[in-house]
Amino acid sequence: MMKFLSRFYMAIIFLLLYTPILVLIIFSFNEGGTLSEFTGVSLTWYGELFSDEEALSALINSLILAVSASVIATIIGTFAALGLHHMRNRYIKGAINTVTNIPMMNPDIVTGVSMMLLFVAVSAMLGSRDLFGFGTLLIAHVTFDLPYVLLSVTPRFKALDKSMSEAAQDLGCTPARAFFMVDLPEILPGIVSALMMSFTLSLDDFVISHFVSSPNFQTLPLYVYNQTAHNVKFSMYALCALIVFIILAILLVVNFAGSFRSVRHRKGGA
Amino acid sequence: MKNRTSPRGRSVFQKAAAAPHVVWAVMFIIAPMLFVLYFAFTDTDGNFTLSNIAAIGQYGNTILLSIAFALIATVVCLLIGYPLAYFMSRTSPRTQKVLLVLLMLPMWCNLLIRTYALMALLDNGGLLNSLLESIGLPRLSIVGTNFGVILGMIYDFLPYMVLPIFTVMTKLDKRYVEAAHDLGCNGVRTMTRVVFPLTVSGVVSGVTMVFVPSISTFYISQKLGAGKIDLVGDTIERLFQNTSTYNIGATMSLGMMILIILSVCIMNRFSDGEGRGMII
Repeated sequence: MMKFLSRFYMAIIFLLLYTPILVLIIFSFNEGGTLSEFTGVSLTWYGELFSDEEALSALINSLILAVSASVIATIIGTFAALGLHHMRNRYIKGAINTVTNIPMMNPDIVTGVSMMLLFVAVSAMLGSRDLFGFGTLLIAHVTFDLPYVLLSVTPRFKALDKSMSEAAQDLGCTPARAFFMVDLPEILPGIVSALMMSFTLSLDDFVISHFVSSPNFQTLPLYVYNQTAHNVKFSMYALCALIVFIILAILLVVNFAGSFRSVRHRKGGA
Repeated sequence: MKNRTSPRGRSVFQKAAAAPHVVWAVMFIIAPMLFVLYFAFTDTDGNFTLSNIAAIGQYGNTILLSIAFALIATVVCLLIGYPLAYFMSRTSPRTQKVLLVLLMLPMWCNLLIRTYALMALLDNGGLLNSLLESIGLPRLSIVGTNFGVILGMIYDFLPYMVLPIFTVMTKLDKRYVEAAHDLGCNGVRTMTRVVFPLTVSGVVSGVTMVFVPSISTFYISQKLGAGKIDLVGDTIERLFQNTSTYNIGATMSLGMMILIILSVCIMNRFSDGEGRGMII
């Protein structure tokens, strides 16, 4: 009985969680262009979406921004984790960690607003030059990616076997060379997950981008925001449905690969 | 002979590795916070003033409404999410994996998409109302009401409550539960005396992850409030559209930040602070 109730409860909640998304996907194929009645299957709205150059350029902008922000954040963050790992002064270490986590703790709107004020002030100092655009977005995205990079790389450093790097140095490696040859392969999984996490965070971000962007450089979430601001546009349904499909595919792949990895890990005897 | 570092010594490379990050953090985390402070305590000409703080008074109702909405959404998410996480953790590992993907998929969908989808479903001309009408029931106007906005928060952020609790639940040693049963605890007592205290860290991070975005949202209130309901997020967003109101906007942001820091500190008193970082 208890088992049935718990199943029933889970089913209800997941059903409620998915109803809006499923309805959105179904109606993105609706010929009639209403939300109340399904009149027939058609790809009209997908056609409209793909002929919309603004949507395509927003997608490309989003990808460029997410790739560059995640790469920069991962590089800076990995070296930061290395430096923090070897840092002896606990207070400085704690202070750096606290400051790094500010963008993660703060609501996005505060982070966005604070960066906007910085850019406004700097642009005023530079004689009212308009700074907003790709550069400001990139800075903001790297900044909010950094805590997540440290979060996924730091545990890898903690798990490192120090004697390996010391052995390499005893055998004549410089510390830098020892890091790249010995430690880096060990922390690589952390780096990969940092890259993936910051990539998805950047791709997904709307609130912070909203405050530091300019109309000249629109990302996909900003485009969705502007398009949905006033009236219902069915090409947005198509876009949303497409995004859901892509995320589902990625999640399935990641999950499949993840189970594959854990099986291999178990076979290796851990 | 090269001047080799001793095993416990640190090379210049290791010392300098964190430098770019420190510079970045000073320029783009600390400096922006200082500018929020600066704008919060100056007027449009840059002179020191405390009038912004007084000006916040006119938004008193908005602030109280936001806090109330966020609290209600958080409590409802906890009430729905805790049993869900518990039931999920009791399934077989294979089922858990599937359920986890099902839980993460909405989280990975953009917030705008989820909110927009919910609005499309509940809207006056939406599917729900046309279904209700076709079976002869009256239409429900949910979009544009307080209930609609709170529903939006619950719908959007429920997975953020479930995931950290579920993560802690799966790590819970089943033998504690068995021991409690053996020692004569009934189901309810086992829940309140054993399971809940052991999963408080998950609850704390879940509560934080629902409360913070709920109190600062502006898209949910724009869409599901149909522009009729004004929350702190909407107010801040609006104040930052006009150069002359940047200062009051900064004061509002500062206030929100302080409120959240205080709530997080209070929350962390209840846990060992291990709940953080369980997002993925």
